[in-house]
Amino acid sequence: MITLQTADLVRILPEIVLSIFGILVMVLEPFVAAAQKKLLGWMALLGVLAAATATVRTSFEPGLAFGGTIAADEFSIYFIYLFLLTAGLVILGSIDYLERNHAQHGEFYALVLLGTVGMCFMAASTDLIMIFLGLEISSISTYILAGFRRADRLSNEAALKYFLLGSFATAFFLYGIAFVYGLTGTTNLLGLSARLMEPSQWTTFARVALVLMFVGLAFKLSTVPFQVWTPDVYQGAPAPVTAFLSVGPKAAAFAVLLRLFLGGFASAGTVSFWILWISAALTMCLGNLAALWQTNVKRLLAYSSIAHAGYILVGVAAGGSRGISAVLFYLVAYALMNVGAFIMVAHLSGTGERLVQIEDYTGLAFERPGVAACLAVFFLSLAGFPTTAGFLGKFYVFRAAIHSHLIGLTVLALLNSVVSVYYYLRIVVAMYMREGKTEAATVELPWPVRTALAVSVLGIFYLGLAPKLPLGLSTLAALPLPK
Amino acid sequence: MAGLYIPVLLHFVAVVVLASALLGLSWWVGVKRPTREKLSPYECGIPPVGNARERFSVSFYLVGMLFILFDVEAVFLYPWAVVFKSLKWFGFVEMFLYIAILLAGYIYIWKKGALEWTR
Repeated sequence: MITLQTADLVRILPEIVLSIFGILVMVLEPFVAAAQKKLLGWMALLGVLAAATATVRTSFEPGLAFGGTIAADEFSIYFIYLFLLTAGLVILGSIDYLERNHAQHGEFYALVLLGTVGMCFMAASTDLIMIFLGLEISSISTYILAGFRRADRLSNEAALKYFLLGSFATAFFLYGIAFVYGLTGTTNLLGLSARLMEPSQWTTFARVALVLMFVGLAFKLSTVPFQVWTPDVYQGAPAPVTAFLSVGPKAAAFAVLLRLFLGGFASAGTVSFWILWISAALTMCLGNLAALWQTNVKRLLAYSSIAHAGYILVGVAAGGSRGISAVLFYLVAYALMNVGAFIMVAHLSGTGERLVQIEDYTGLAFERPGVAACLAVFFLSLAGFPTTAGFLGKFYVFRAAIHSHLIGLTVLALLNSVVSVYYYLRIVVAMYMREGKTEAATVELPWPVRTALAVSVLGIFYLGLAPKLPLGLSTLAALPLPK
Repeated sequence: MAGLYIPVLLHFVAVVVLASALLGLSWWVGVKRPTREKLSPYECGIPPVGNARERFSVSFYLVGMLFILFDVEAVFLYPWAVVFKSLKWFGFVEMFLYIAILLAGYIYIWKKGALEWTR
């Protein structure tokens, strides 16, 4: 006999609210005239705000729900707010983008909302099956979103590539779950860590399971050598979708990685440590080196997002409450600057995304100083300049790494950040120090886009200059994970 | 622990050996006297007409996918019917929520015109 308590429902209230709004937007879509599709976007935004309010209610009732498969703790609530922030900014940035590219379909917003539901479940689950379900919900939504410019060949290629490789990676993850279940007889993370307490229990099979699950997650994190899809998909997908893709699934996969590697598999010790160490080192180096040669801004940002996944992995490898809170802080900083940059790129690219080369930005600062300054802030933050969020994010991650005696990895990460400054500054130099007339300067930025950009820029400076409150929150969110 | 999986391994080996033995033997022992008719593709005994690589309407895929979706979803009603009594009101409400979500999808595809063959 299953008993359903109200507390259970309250603990997944944000997901319920998002699902209801997602389904409503989908059902209303065929009933809304083509000229009024914007309304659905506003409705989706209302859904995000309603879910944010619901999350406040959830935070008053922390605990496990549905037989220990869902945890409404500080960790998951932190991530839910991160996903809602991302979804909100993406919706604000895409309403006018879709209209300009003649892709005004309400399904876009429904898919963003439902994808967010999947990500929230990924972060909140404490059971492997539930994590898998969340992974699938978010993946399927994002596969469709990647192909949203239906008439565009690159967009179709992106969707197909993402779908094929993504489902392949999910199979790896599922195979890992099967191994874990075969070994321990449970899929619950708490039960897992109880069964795999002793180092002697880490047999070859357990290590295979660990590696398989890491491969499944590494695809979503786009860490080397599972990053090959990233540049093509980020380039082909519509730019607001890329903003969503580069932050949402990645942050959700990091949430799962933290819960798995520092929770359920905490006793794996050296195995998981070296997996993280090696993939962090490879990911940073390859991401940054490949980014140096890019001339397409979307591809450049794709390689930069690979490099950032590497920096965040350094924090995961460091572990401990310091490492976890650094990772959580970094993810928010990363979300703000990456979503901001991609939304800006989306609107500068013009109809059909024609203007996405670095040369297209030549002399932008002389004609549109505000636009150029905004874009410069995003790129400088991604490069990690002081006073921006990117700097403090890197600072906390590297400090945690040094505290865990990862000197070699920290030195490598610092060298990599120095290299990365070159390619971020190339765009800033093109905008400020070269003469030229650019078509990108004619772009109109409607007020919803301005709002999204303002939130991102202000957020970057807030995190960079007054990090006390967000840092406190990330420390609080790191508490539920075992040390 | 790993000893438990030996039967599974044996099963795999048996499958591979048996399959390759059956196919290999019939290929090796069998008499081959090909004629034009024998080499042509088998179409239920009727002489084949035209090329097999024809383009056909994308509606087939759409209808096929929609059918699988709703078919699979409807299958879940059966186990529910079996345990209906022991689930009581909880199961009833839960199932109607499920059906409501299905219905939302149905309204969506209907209004979108996915069920009309020619558009």
